[in-house]
Amino acid sequence: MKDKVLIANGQGFWGDSILGPIRLLREGPLDYLTLDYLAEVTMSIMQKLRSRNPEAGYATDFVALIDRVLPELVEKGVKVVANAGGVNPHACKDALLEVARRHGVTGLKVAVVEGDDILTDLDRLMAEGEGFDNLDTGAPLAGIRDRVTSANVYLGAFPIAEALAQGAQIVVTGRGTDPGLVLGPLIHEFGWGPEDWDRLAAGTIAGHIVECGAQCTGGNFTDWREVPDLAMVGYPVLEVEPSGEFVVTKHAGTGGRVSVETVTHQLAYEMGDPARYLTPDVIADFTSFRLEADGEDRVRVSGSKGAPATPTYKVSMSYADGWKSVGQLTISGPDALAKARLCAAIVWDRLAYDGFEYGPDERLEEFVGAGECHAGIEGGTSADPPEVVLRLGVKGPDKAKVARFGPELVPLVTSGPPGVTGFAGGRPKAQEIIGYWPALVTKERIPTQVTVFES
Amino acid sequence: MPRVQLHRIAQARSGDKGEGSNAGILARSEAAYAFLAEHLTAERVRTHMAAVNLGGVVRYEAPNMRVLNFLLEDSLGGGGSASLKTDAQGKTHGLALLRMELEVPQEVLDATPAPVGG
Repeated sequence: MKDKVLIANGQGFWGDSILGPIRLLREGPLDYLTLDYLAEVTMSIMQKLRSRNPEAGYATDFVALIDRVLPELVEKGVKVVANAGGVNPHACKDALLEVARRHGVTGLKVAVVEGDDILTDLDRLMAEGEGFDNLDTGAPLAGIRDRVTSANVYLGAFPIAEALAQGAQIVVTGRGTDPGLVLGPLIHEFGWGPEDWDRLAAGTIAGHIVECGAQCTGGNFTDWREVPDLAMVGYPVLEVEPSGEFVVTKHAGTGGRVSVETVTHQLAYEMGDPARYLTPDVIADFTSFRLEADGEDRVRVSGSKGAPATPTYKVSMSYADGWKSVGQLTISGPDALAKARLCAAIVWDRLAYDGFEYGPDERLEEFVGAGECHAGIEGGTSADPPEVVLRLGVKGPDKAKVARFGPELVPLVTSGPPGVTGFAGGRPKAQEIIGYWPALVTKERIPTQVTVFES
Repeated sequence: MPRVQLHRIAQARSGDKGEGSNAGILARSEAAYAFLAEHLTAERVRTHMAAVNLGGVVRYEAPNMRVLNFLLEDSLGGGGSASLKTDAQGKTHGLALLRMELEVPQEVLDATPAPVGG
């Protein structure tokens, strides 16, 4: 058994910089590289892509990344765990094997973890007694069942460990927990069992710290003036010991900062009850551990505690929830805010003349630059900004009504007050709103499967 | 007592959580944590954020990290992709909280390093 394992996360979400993982591979030692591509609405978008093209529905960015780094990956023997499979992990795997073929790499083992996608099993599971009541509101799924567009279980880390045990160098999953991408390799390397609650909690906490990439190494940090060289920010690297104790760091010479404060910022991100951070593998206690500086750009985390996992998986569903349209114009001064308010009133009045009225809950007016993000909060607004961005939007169940809004925005340039500009990008269009439906499902009803393929 | 912005004695990180957001407030010292644990109540946060958050506020404590975590239950103008707002994910809610003005005892300020550059 290794006395420590080096795991880095190079992608915090789909759309994060490709330089993160490239530099992690290039600029220091690593055993594992993890990559998180999935947000809650991503699965629904992928499901839509797949319905148009049976070869689509996964994170194509991942395949592009592997195409750039495969020779280095193979030479260094770094293993990769990515949830890039989306709703079509086999298509993702096929694309990876094709990349390997083009590079002339044979014997590359790619594993697929599946079982998370339960869209086609929903009715059977409901017949077996699963209610899928909304975790936030308590509403039963039946009310929106016919509008569900994706349904995925957050799988745990053990199938990932199983894939690594079968010799995979690249593990492709669909929906799983973000920290599981890190916990899976630790289970594999150190032989942690399904009831090693404190160690599973430690691996989960380590995974949570790195899951948003540079958000723990100085990105999005309150005291931003103190963070050096954000342009060359180093993505996080974990040094984990068999006991579960670990150090958060980054490669030497990279930008950014790892301190107790930057790590704590990320620990507080997306936090609910800190004493009960629920995953399918464990209930991690974020009030249990100790954080301490361990040299420059190194933070040690020790004493993590966990409690037995619950008998359920979380399910993330998305459903068609109406339409929205948003557009913006820039209004220069003098009197920028007053003119922007007039512009907003003009748009609503013209639409009303044509028979389209939007209620207070169906429309949005923002005056970006006058203090929109913190409007109504002490110190958060300015009465006379030199210019503002007027942002208007509407939403509702009627697509035609939502679509009618867009064409009334740009005419303000010639038929509103002076100083209206910035209409590049054309008319705003109606876009479908993707509703989010969190629920639970009994673990025993969800079989998982691991398969290894070779180039 | 000196009147300062919360920013003087705390840092913050926020993001979306369902139809609301969470804002973690990170005290800059043990003295600041003890002061905030007593005075930065859920009710105080609810009042300060009332223009943004239409729902309730729940507070959790993590003294090992010197963090007070606030859940703003209805602060995004709709969950999922339904929000029309610029800050549909509550990324700026932590900074909004740091604008709060508080009367802080001098000894707490003396024990709490100020942020560089104000």
